Amino acid sequence: MTGQYIIRRLLIMIPVLFGISLIIFTIVRVIPGDPAVVLAGPHATKDVVDQVRVQLGLDQHPVKQYLLFIGNIFKGDLGASNRTGLPVTKEIMARLPYTLLLALASILVATVFGVTAGIIAGVKQNSKFDYLSMLIALFGLSMPVFWLGLMLMLLFSIKLGWFPSVGAESFKHLVLPAITLGANSTAIIARMTRSSMLEVIRLDYIRTARAKGLSEKVVISRHALKNALIPVVTVIGLQTGTLLGGAVLTEIVFAWPGIGRLLVEAILSRDYPVVQGVVLVVATMFIFVNLIVDILYSYLDPRIRYH
Amino acid sequence: MTQAQNTNHTEKLVKNSEFKERGPIGEVFRRLSKRVTAMMGLVIVVLFFISALLAPHLAPHDPYEHSLAHKLATPSWDYPLGRDELGRCILSRIIYGARISLLIGLIVISIGIFIGVPIGVVSAYYGGKVDFIVQRFVDTMLAFPGILLALLLIAILGVGLHNVMIAVGISTIPIYARLARSSVLAMKARQFVEAARSIGASNLRIILQHLIPNSLSPIIVQSTLHMATAILWAAGLGFLGLGVSPPTAEWGAMLNGGRLYIRVAYHVATFPGLMIFITVLGFNLLGDGLRDALDPRLKT
Repeated sequence: MTGQYIIRRLLIMIPVLFGISLIIFTIVRVIPGDPAVVLAGPHATKDVVDQVRVQLGLDQHPVKQYLLFIGNIFKGDLGASNRTGLPVTKEIMARLPYTLLLALASILVATVFGVTAGIIAGVKQNSKFDYLSMLIALFGLSMPVFWLGLMLMLLFSIKLGWFPSVGAESFKHLVLPAITLGANSTAIIARMTRSSMLEVIRLDYIRTARAKGLSEKVVISRHALKNALIPVVTVIGLQTGTLLGGAVLTEIVFAWPGIGRLLVEAILSRDYPVVQGVVLVVATMFIFVNLIVDILYSYLDPRIRYH
Repeated sequence: MTQAQNTNHTEKLVKNSEFKERGPIGEVFRRLSKRVTAMMGLVIVVLFFISALLAPHLAPHDPYEHSLAHKLATPSWDYPLGRDELGRCILSRIIYGARISLLIGLIVISIGIFIGVPIGVVSAYYGGKVDFIVQRFVDTMLAFPGILLALLLIAILGVGLHNVMIAVGISTIPIYARLARSSVLAMKARQFVEAARSIGASNLRIILQHLIPNSLSPIIVQSTLHMATAILWAAGLGFLGLGVSPPTAEWGAMLNGGRLYIRVAYHVATFPGLMIFITVLGFNLLGDGLRDALDPRLKT
């Protein structure tokens, strides 16, 4: 059953990956002007432009161009940045570890704080803690990431001097960006955990566990938590993907050398090969994260496979 | 399933007798007014609208009048939130900035609704191949996490306020399409749709007269919450320098200008950000409240 489910999920991915490649392929071709000039960059010489044209087969039929484009992706060739002249894959690989590190640290922060707050709020529904944590969660949802980042920087690095404000040289550099990027997800995870907890606590099997005379602690930790956390796992997984996109703003605020910053720099300088590459990498990663989440979910909750 | 739905339906009919006395809007407002947080949200949203509509009357100074002699001046009686890097009144710029944010929010949501909802409705109503193709298309758009699709569209369309609105608007289309689809799928099998079909109503008529009006409440809730997201994203793009061109007063761009001076003049970046935060919070509070008031089943 699980095998079949995974196969079905993999099959659904194919048209999506095809769609993404098509969208990215189309980008430079819908921008007004000659695609070869667009890809070679505004300062390229005529020779370079001609070289790019031949390389990407831009003088050939669109279908052939697309096949060439896909072939290059599979060869790991995403073209060259027209700012630095370096291969796009090289540019991305140099920056990607930083973004992954930031995203993982953020999801760690979000999971620890979000799940803890959500469980307590759910178990003690309508308590002061519940109201306060849910209010803070709503703040977290409404906070512009870039503003939160600046405010944390103002307080903890400029006023208090506890953490460095920009750069990525040490663990200390990671703290503020991770909190900034994780704030939104913390809020989402806390809300999800709470509502899932509330739902599970009302079920019959929990009543049975209580009726057996088990202590509240055991009922919550052994019985309720296990089922309550199933949807939370999904949300955490999805947040990991969303953070890849959200990292853009955080990376700019803290001058973090990740792919988000690379993307913005590329957009501002019309470096289309890099834009194409970053978007392709992030979207593909996001799809695979979703796939892993779905598969994990089907393990945790066998009911899902039958739908 | 149908029995449970019927019971549910009867309960609703009973409740509807209340509806007739007050009218649906009065009823929603009555339920909304019971929640303090929702009312706070409503107050914030109303103030935001007032500030946007009456900006020229409310702003103490001309938002574009600059004075380099007073650049980065700290808050004072005359300039309650201080002056920015060009010596302009921050309060006035924030008040004028509400106009841009409101405009962005409304246009983004209109794009999402007017394109996304029909796509979702048609997809769910016809099902089969149409549904499959449309859903894979929606999947593809949703495969770009968060703000990434908007960024990609900006890369194509170019920098500027109009393009920001179009980009964020297009990125919300799949969300509305999904929402309308699930809402219509749930309704398609209901008796009133069957009844309409049996008296010979055309597909178009069923969609326009029955399906869309009945899926409005989740869409209203979503739109309110989406105003929040639209304002956040647009401010984010403004912050990245991809939005309005100077000297237009826009909150994200103001923050971007102020960020360079954060060490010497905290107020330049702090207040525009605070405004974004409060406005977004207002729409979130109101959206949560509306969801509970319009359709308690959607409560998470």
